[in-house]
Amino acid sequence: MTFFSSLLSSLPGAAAQGLIWGIMAIGVYLTFRILDVADLTVDGTLATGGATAVMLIRAGVDHRLALLVAFAVGLICGLCTGLLHTRCGIPAILSGILTQLALYSVNLRIMGNKANQALSVDKYPLTVSQRFVRELSLKNPLPLLLIITVCVIALLYWFFGTEKGSSIRATGANPAMARAQGIDTRACNVLGLMLSNGLVAFSGALLAQYQGSSDINMGRGSIVIGLAAVIIGEVIFGKLFVNFALKLLAVSFGAIIYYFVLQIVLQLGLNTNDLKLITAAIVALFLAVPYWKSRIHRQNHKTAGAAKGGTSC
Amino acid sequence: MLKLEHLCKTFNPGTVNEKKALSDLNLHLAEGDFLTVIGGNGAGKSTMLNAVAGTFPVDEGRILIGSNDVTRLPEHKRAAYIGRVFQDPMMGTAPTMQIDENLALAARRGARRGLKWGLSREEKEVYFAKLKELGLGLEDRMTSKVGLLSGGQRQALTLLMASLKRPRLLLLDEHTAALDPATAAKVLEISDRIIRENHLTCMMITHNMRDAITYGNRLIMMNEGRIILDIAGEEKKQLTKRDLLDRFAALAGTQEETDAVLLS
Ligand SMILES: Nc1ncnc2c1ncn2[C@@H]1O[C@H](COP(=O)(O)OP(=O)(O)O)[C@@H](O)[C@H]1O
Ligand SMILES: [Mg+2]
Repeated sequence: MTFFSSLLSSLPGAAAQGLIWGIMAIGVYLTFRILDVADLTVDGTLATGGATAVMLIRAGVDHRLALLVAFAVGLICGLCTGLLHTRCGIPAILSGILTQLALYSVNLRIMGNKANQALSVDKYPLTVSQRFVRELSLKNPLPLLLIITVCVIALLYWFFGTEKGSSIRATGANPAMARAQGIDTRACNVLGLMLSNGLVAFSGALLAQYQGSSDINMGRGSIVIGLAAVIIGEVIFGKLFVNFALKLLAVSFGAIIYYFVLQIVLQLGLNTNDLKLITAAIVALFLAVPYWKSRIHRQNHKTAGAAKGGTSC
Repeated sequence: MLKLEHLCKTFNPGTVNEKKALSDLNLHLAEGDFLTVIGGNGAGKSTMLNAVAGTFPVDEGRILIGSNDVTRLPEHKRAAYIGRVFQDPMMGTAPTMQIDENLALAARRGARRGLKWGLSREEKEVYFAKLKELGLGLEDRMTSKVGLLSGGQRQALTLLMASLKRPRLLLLDEHTAALDPATAAKVLEISDRIIRENHLTCMMITHNMRDAITYGNRLIMMNEGRIILDIAGEEKKQLTKRDLLDRFAALAGTQEETDAVLLS
């Protein structure tokens, strides 16, 4: 009984965390699925977003403005990776790692050379706070997070339907074709990376407010959590959600489910230190399954073709 | 219309893989010319087309389309003048996007892409009509992902995309080579119709000598990065496969070389 009641009481928190990480995961989706690059900048960008928001709010800046500034700073992080990749010829993964590493120092600078900075909801008005997550009041962060998620998805749905957005999708789908149709694929890659990191920093800014502090390590491994959300969303809702907006919603749901499962596993008494290992193993498994499937499929295809006399086409 | 002047291109210079793919290539095309290009494997045919399209920079020489010197222009900017269909049916379309979305991308070739909606209702009607002309039933599948189409359907779609916004130059690189003979014939027929209806200037590489003779008003043969034979006008109309083989034998000398170049 205590298992269920304590699980139940942890669910609102899990939902809030899931919604916040869902925005981060949508950013990961933009690079991983639409641009078809794995961008490791995000581990740094999440903390940059958090650090920026916390320091601005502590300096007396409005919390909503702080969110927007964090988004803008995220754009710049993406720009760095994008330029390293497209203008300096560095592979995308390495570009992301370089920016991420550089951001570690930048983040420490932003936080006044401290590894973490507190942001008490008692002292400053905040957009969202963990404090009220189980309260039935207007201060409860869940409705607001839901609205923010829906707005983010609506904006992205609009953007990727425009001419500019379509050219980014084409760049990810087939760069040779995109160039043949007059699309500047380098600029599109940069723009996609910027947008993705903007969202991740925005998510980091929400997360820092929610948990009441920013930390130099808050983004460590976040790419894997983002990927986990993307994959969980695809596995569970892939067949159902074909529209682009629904696909983004599936990513957000994926993040929420990830945090629900996490709570269950924790309530079952699992050691928190093992969490990253388990997450990494699950993500690796889900990334491997489509590959294994295609190999089995190809082998079946070969034997079937041989049986028919090898004239399959 | 198109002027290629002293084009040179060496791949992997200074390495063991060094390969001179174009050596001092010169070619002038007039407005409305339909050029067919033949030559053995590795003769430099694709390299010539890719040099024109801007896939890579050339080492020497100039490329002019009309009065525009495009030699230094990046690929996506040259696309304003050029429509292309590749040998690989996978290369010309975005597989994860819909048929109508692919056409909408092509319709904006050479235009600035902003924050207007990427696919308007009026456009869809135009695409419906154009797809219907192809006669492949694609007009009823406009919202299908292109990845679901067969190779022939994709090549036909790519052709339509290449000509949707009238290009000053159409480049076809063995665009029927990956298709079965019946589909290849059909796609070639569609190509010829689109070229004639729109009075396009076109360069078409083919490995099929008969097609090279049947289509177009001018034929060139390439070998080792140069043009070794150039036949146009009345002479091209009268040309037979036998003539072509003889002409080449006279140029190259031995029978083995002839076979190597023409039958590969
Ligand atoms: N991107 C490239 N890198 C290195 N070598 C290339 C490249 N493209 C073509 N080549 C070489 O240049 C020569 C001409 O190739 P190509 O123009 O593709 O011949 P084809 O006439 O068969 O189309 C070949 O020897 C080919 O191997
Ligand atoms: Mg070729």
